[in-house]
This record gives sequence, C-alpha cells and structure tokens, in this order.
Amino acid sequence: MAGLMLGNQAVARGLYEAGVEFVSSYPGTPSTEITEFASTYDKNEMYSEWAPNEKVACEAAIGASFAGRRSFCAMKHVGLNVAADPLYTASYTGVNGGFVLAVADDQGMHSSQNEQDSRNHAIGSKVPMLEPSDSGECKEFTKLAYEISEQFDTPVILRLSTRVAHSQSIVELEDRKTVRYDYTKNPRKNIMTPANAKPKHIVVEERTKKLVEYAETSPLNRVEMFDTEIGIITNGAAYQYAREALGEKASYLKLGMVNPLPVKLIKDFAAKVKKLYVVEELDDIIETHCRKIGLDPIGKELFTFIGEYSQTYLREKILGVKNEYEQLDDVIPIRPPVMCAGCPHRGVFYTLKKLGVFVSGDIGCYTLGSAAPLEAMDTTVCMGASVSGLHGFNKAMRGEYEGKAVAVIGDSTFIHSGITGLINIAYNRTNSTVLILDNSITGMTGHQNNPANGKNIYGDPAAAVDLEALCHAVGIDRVRVINPGDLAETEAAIKEELAADAPSVIICRKPCALLKTVKHKPPFKVDRDKCKSCKACMKIGCPAISMVDGKAQIDNTLCVGCGLCTQMCRFGAIQE
Amino acid sequence: MAETKAIMLVGVGGQGTLLASRILGNVLLSAGYDVKVSEVHGMSQRGGSVVTYIKYGDKIFSPVIEKGEADIIISFEELEAARWLPYLKKGGKIITNSQQINPMPVIMGVQEYPGSLTEKIRAKGVDITAIDALTLAEKAGSSRAVNVVLMGLISKTAGFPEEAWQKALDECVPKKAIEINKKAFALGREA
Ligand SMILES: Cc1ncc(C[n+]2csc(CCOP(=O)(O)OP(=O)(O)O)c2C)c(N)n1
Ligand code: SF4
Ligand code: SF4
Repeated sequence: MAGLMLGNQAVARGLYEAGVEFVSSYPGTPSTEITEFASTYDKNEMYSEWAPNEKVACEAAIGASFAGRRSFCAMKHVGLNVAADPLYTASYTGVNGGFVLAVADDQGMHSSQNEQDSRNHAIGSKVPMLEPSDSGECKEFTKLAYEISEQFDTPVILRLSTRVAHSQSIVELEDRKTVRYDYTKNPRKNIMTPANAKPKHIVVEERTKKLVEYAETSPLNRVEMFDTEIGIITNGAAYQYAREALGEKASYLKLGMVNPLPVKLIKDFAAKVKKLYVVEELDDIIETHCRKIGLDPIGKELFTFIGEYSQTYLREKILGVKNEYEQLDDVIPIRPPVMCAGCPHRGVFYTLKKLGVFVSGDIGCYTLGSAAPLEAMDTTVCMGASVSGLHGFNKAMRGEYEGKAVAVIGDSTFIHSGITGLINIAYNRTNSTVLILDNSITGMTGHQNNPANGKNIYGDPAAAVDLEALCHAVGIDRVRVINPGDLAETEAAIKEELAADAPSVIICRKPCALLKTVKHKPPFKVDRDKCKSCKACMKIGCPAISMVDGKAQIDNTLCVGCGLCTQMCRFGAIQE
Repeated sequence: MAETKAIMLVGVGGQGTLLASRILGNVLLSAGYDVKVSEVHGMSQRGGSVVTYIKYGDKIFSPVIEKGEADIIISFEELEAARWLPYLKKGGKIITNSQQINPMPVIMGVQEYPGSLTEKIRAKGVDITAIDALTLAEKAGSSRAVNVVLMGLISKTAGFPEEAWQKALDECVPKKAIEINKKAFALGREA
C-alpha cells in the first residue's frame, strides 16, 4: 500500500515499522506532527507522550533504550539546545535498544526565534546524523537509523527541515517488526563517572572512524551521474531544489548521512566533475569538510547562509537564469499572524499596554502581543527567559522597575522552563510580578495537551499541575487567579501586585478560544446609531472588528462573542 | 511524459487550506501521478497569509513553487490572489473567492485594502475567475466550507473524474461534516 504522507507522518510510520515502543517529545514547529501521528498507533505497541520539555523527553527515551526497547524523541532545532545535555553524554553510554532523536530545523524561520543549524550538535556530540529529502526517505531513514544505532552503539539524530517535515509525498507501507534486548546491569557502560567516561571517549572516537567507513559505502549517500560539467554535493531539501533546477545538466552526490561525512566518496566524486559546488542550506558544514580534505568547492561565496533555498534561487545563482512574472502596481498590505478573535491573551496585553510597563516576554501565541496594535512586549529570547530575565532586569535596576515590570509566560512554557526562574525570584528575592497566561493548552504549536491541563496526549485524564500550589511551594506568597476576559479585574490585579512589596504571580486563567470544549456566544453586533466612531474598540486589535463606512463593524464569521470589545465601548454600541 | 504541473492554494490562516490540499492531493494520487504537497503549519496559521504548494507529474523533485511557476492559483481571499500573483506562470489561471478579509494594517487604519483587485489582475491579461464562495458555503450550511466550494469549482477546470473527487471527500473530510461539504462541493461545481 502507498499513500501521500507528510514527512513527519512518514517518520511516525517509520517508528512504528521499526518496532519502536517508547516515544516522548515536547512539541515545536516543525517537528510536532511526528509525535501526534505516533500517538495514533496502538499505545500497547508504541506508547507516546508529551513530556514537560525536551530534556525530559530525551532522558526518558534514553531510559527506555537502557531498558532494551527501541525509543524515540522529537523536537524542533532550539529544543535540541535544551536536550543537548543528556544527548552529549548518551553519546558516551551508547544504547541498549536503538535510540533515535529527531530534530527539525526551520530554514526560513517560518515559526522560530532563530535559524540555527542542528548539524552543529551532531558534530559536537559526535553522534551520527541522517537527513532525508522527502517523505519516502523519512520512513526509510528512520528505520535505518535504528539499525545504525544498535550496530554502532550510539544515539542517532534524524535531521528534518520545515520543507521535508511539512511536505507530503508518496510513501510505501510495510509491516512492523519488534526488536528487543534484555536489560543487564553494566556500570562501566552506563555510569558516566570520570573513571568510566575516559575510556568511553576513546570508544567514541573509534566509533566515529568506523562511521566514516560506513559513510563511504552506505546506501544513505548516493551518486547520480549525468553531465559532468557541474558536480553538486548536497543534502536534505537542497538536493530537491538542485535536482529540479539543473536536472541532468549536472551530477549529484546526495548525502543522506550528514555526520560524519565520507572522505573517499567525496574525493572520487570531485575528481569526476569539472566544476564542484556544495549546495547546503544554513551553515557551511559540508563545504568546510571538503576544504579539510583538500578540495576547493564553490559554496558560501556564492550561496547564502540565510533562509531556504529553492530551484529558482539555484538556477539564478548557478546558471544565471531568472523567471518572469506579473505584478500589480498596488501596495499589498502585509498580513501578519494575529491573536484569534476571542483570544484570552488579548485583554492582558491591552492592559499591559495601557499601564505602559516593561514586559519581559516569552514564546507562544501570546508573543503576538508584541505586534501592533498591542505592542506590549519588550524582550523575547527563548522559552522560560521571561521569568529569569525579569529577575535579572529587576536586580540590575536595583528595584527601581519592580513596580513597573512584569513577565508573561504561557502555561506550557511555564512548565517547560519557567518554574526554575520563579524559584530564582523567590530564592534570590526580587519583587517581580509574573503573569502566567493559563489558556489550558499548548496553543502556538497546534493545541497539545500539557501537564497543567489534566489530559495526556491521548486525551485521557491525567494528573494536573496545581499552578497555585506550585507557586506557593517555591516560596511565592502572593499568588492570585484572575479572568483575563474582565478588563477591570485584570487591571486592578496587575496594579496591586506591581505595588506590592513582595514577589507575586498572577495566573490569568481562561481557555484558548479554539478549544472544542469552549462554548462561544453568538457574534456581537454594533449598533451603528450608537457608534460614535471613536475607535476605542479597535485598540484591542481583534481581527473581527473593523471600521466600515466610518463606523465599527463586527465580522460575524470571525466573532466568537467573547465580550472584550463591549468593555471598551463607552456608548454601549456593541451588543450581544 | 507528463510535464510537471503546479497549483497553489493561498489564503488566510484558519480558512482550511490544509483540508483543500489533502483533497486535491488525494485526487492527483488516484490519477497515478507523482505528487508533492507543501504546507504551512505553525505561526502563520494564526490569521497570517498562508500558502500550500501542490505539484504533480511523472517525477517531482522540489515541493515548492516559485515566482512565475504556478499553472493555477486558487485563492481563498481577494487580497491574497493579488499578493501571490507573481507566482503565476505566463498563461496561468487564477480562481479566487471574492471574499475580503482585512489584514491588521487595514483594520488599524494605517493602510487601505486596495480596490478592484480582480479587475486589475484581469487587466494584466491574466485569466481570473472570481466567485462568492462564502455565500455558497453558507448556503451549504457552514461558512467554514469555503475551501470545499473552491474544490468544487476547480474540479471542473482540473478535469479528473467526479468519482475521484467524491472519494477524496469521503477520505479527507471528517464524518460529521461530510454532508455539508458534499453540498458545498456540488455548489462550487455548479458555479
Ligand atoms: C525550546 C523550545 N521548544 C519548543 C518551542 C516551540 N514552542 C513555541 S511556543 C510553545 C508553547 C506555547 O504554549 P504556551 O506557553 O501554553 O502558550 P500558548 O501558545 O498556548 O499561548 C512551544 C512549544 C520553542 N520555541 N522552544
Ligand atoms: S490559538 Fe488560542 S491562545 Fe492562540 S491566539 Fe488563538 S485563541 Fe489565542
Ligand atoms: S466579542 Fe468583540 S472582541 Fe470578542 S471576538 Fe467578538 S468582536 Fe472580537
């Protein structure tokens, strides 16, 4: 049987066919669907879960591998920074059951805060890395990754990109085959004290040599000879772009194993072609390797380090050919993403803007509070940095900003890495005010359950973190819960906690408007006679409200009747 | 040898372009083509401008469509048709929903929604058809069926057997919404 599958779906299928029994991940675009699809298989065969963060997911998968079961975890590129600690040492312990970690890079930053190239982590951790170019390869490489993992006693990283993860192509289905190993205690292999780790480092270096040998002849690396005027060494999505741009006008060395890289294979290929190019998105890793082995390919001197490539880009760069197209003279207004109509975060950001406070921001749907017209955010770095960053900001400002600075962090992000920052606020004491925006879901990545909402990945009831009790337990005495849909209540609470001479947490609790469990009211209407055209309602930036012929108007296909705009109108023009 | 054809679905995040691309992909696959579909997930799905690329032929390499490469652009919203116009190949065709959804700069009054876009595109010599898919979707029973109305319309131009489309609907649309969507498809096909 064959069907169209997303790259991520094909990885999940590969896990199933490879007999994987344990999957633990933290969501992150563009990796999320791997685990969502994994959870559609029978949990008695292949169990899946959402972990609180990538480090926990990776460690849980390492534990499952110790147990002798094939295990897996997935994350986006920045997630691998969080999971790097266990990965770098799992490289030393090696595996019992095969262990594969999938990491999805986001060339073009469609949904990310940076554009890091995760091949650097493969080099750093000395772990083999495979990179498929389409969904068929996603499945095949996933299965092969388990064989490599067990044969070479190493974790294996499967590297994806937004294009490969989120493109559908044809995949052939095969049956599942379970592979299991017994657990036997082996301290010298599995306890990484210095005494054990020193000999292990030698093993790791030997392993890399063996993996290079493997790379020389592995089916993962493929030569396609056509015209030898141009030779292209490439990987991942870039292979597809190059293949489309140049067709049979060039020959290709497609590297499916991007760490470690072969030597002889590359040299032999280089010797057969006249002009050698390295076409790789992001960093110059293959190019640098080529230089190290004495070759002089054309690489980043011609191609950019930034963003995604495409067939057009390569055609233009290599052949100097451009596409023709039509264009209107009109300025087309941009359409940036916005908080949904009825989003529970909207009232909080409107209030923060009104109060003019410093907002230490974080990552989630609420980062959209940084965009016009709300524009109520000062900083955003990485998950959790809102809370820890506010503490540093307040300390450095010697308390001067404690009454006019807050941190905002979503429920999932708080669990991921906000808790430790809050402990620091309590322990090293700043009178910081932290707003936990609890919308009962991990919104940004497409609505995954999380440890604070009482449901597991299967939607079954699970223990829920009691956020109030947790904040109390780490040493915060002032903890309160408010409804962010009530502007007066929200403003009063924030003002009070800012004024307080103590660290505080305000839990803004209202579910995401897109949750199926949320009951919406019918759309609101504007009474055109009562509307005084003051545009007060426009300040909250609800996409359902616009000015039509001088008066406010509500789009009834978008409005979910949240009632926030009625609180803005002094003339009672907006009604249920 | 069938040359590669390229179709783009463009619209506003949340309009259901993903379901439409599933349906189209399903039809193309049953017609025996190599198919690639490239989607947008994540941030842009929150009301941003979204695009799905669909390519089919004997053998497809790149899943993306670039400026000047699309044979057909199906737009779920008028401004998006204008935004993605440069992606159309010379002699290509645009089908657009005439619905207008204001982007944030327009809502805030810092920019205007440009007028008569469909006419301006036509004046460039482009073959463009506009239909009021929202009204048809509402007639079918849900404003959210705009995507399937447009699939109904394209099913005439694309020219695969109607059974293939019906099968794709059965396989891609959630059971509880199938009736509304079949109606929406029929209305689009008649339009
Ligand atoms: C280390 C890391 N992992 C994952 C992500 C992807 N990501 C961005 S925001 C987010 C969670 C958002 O959930 P929440 O904090 O509950 O806010 P919401 O979107 O629901 O408002 C995730 C998983 C990331 N940016 N960084
Ligand atoms: S998905 Fe939910 S949390 Fe995210 S913007 Fe929409 S309503 Fe807000
Ligand atoms: S009630 Fe007002 S603020 Fe809420 S969704 Fe409708 S228009 Fe937007």
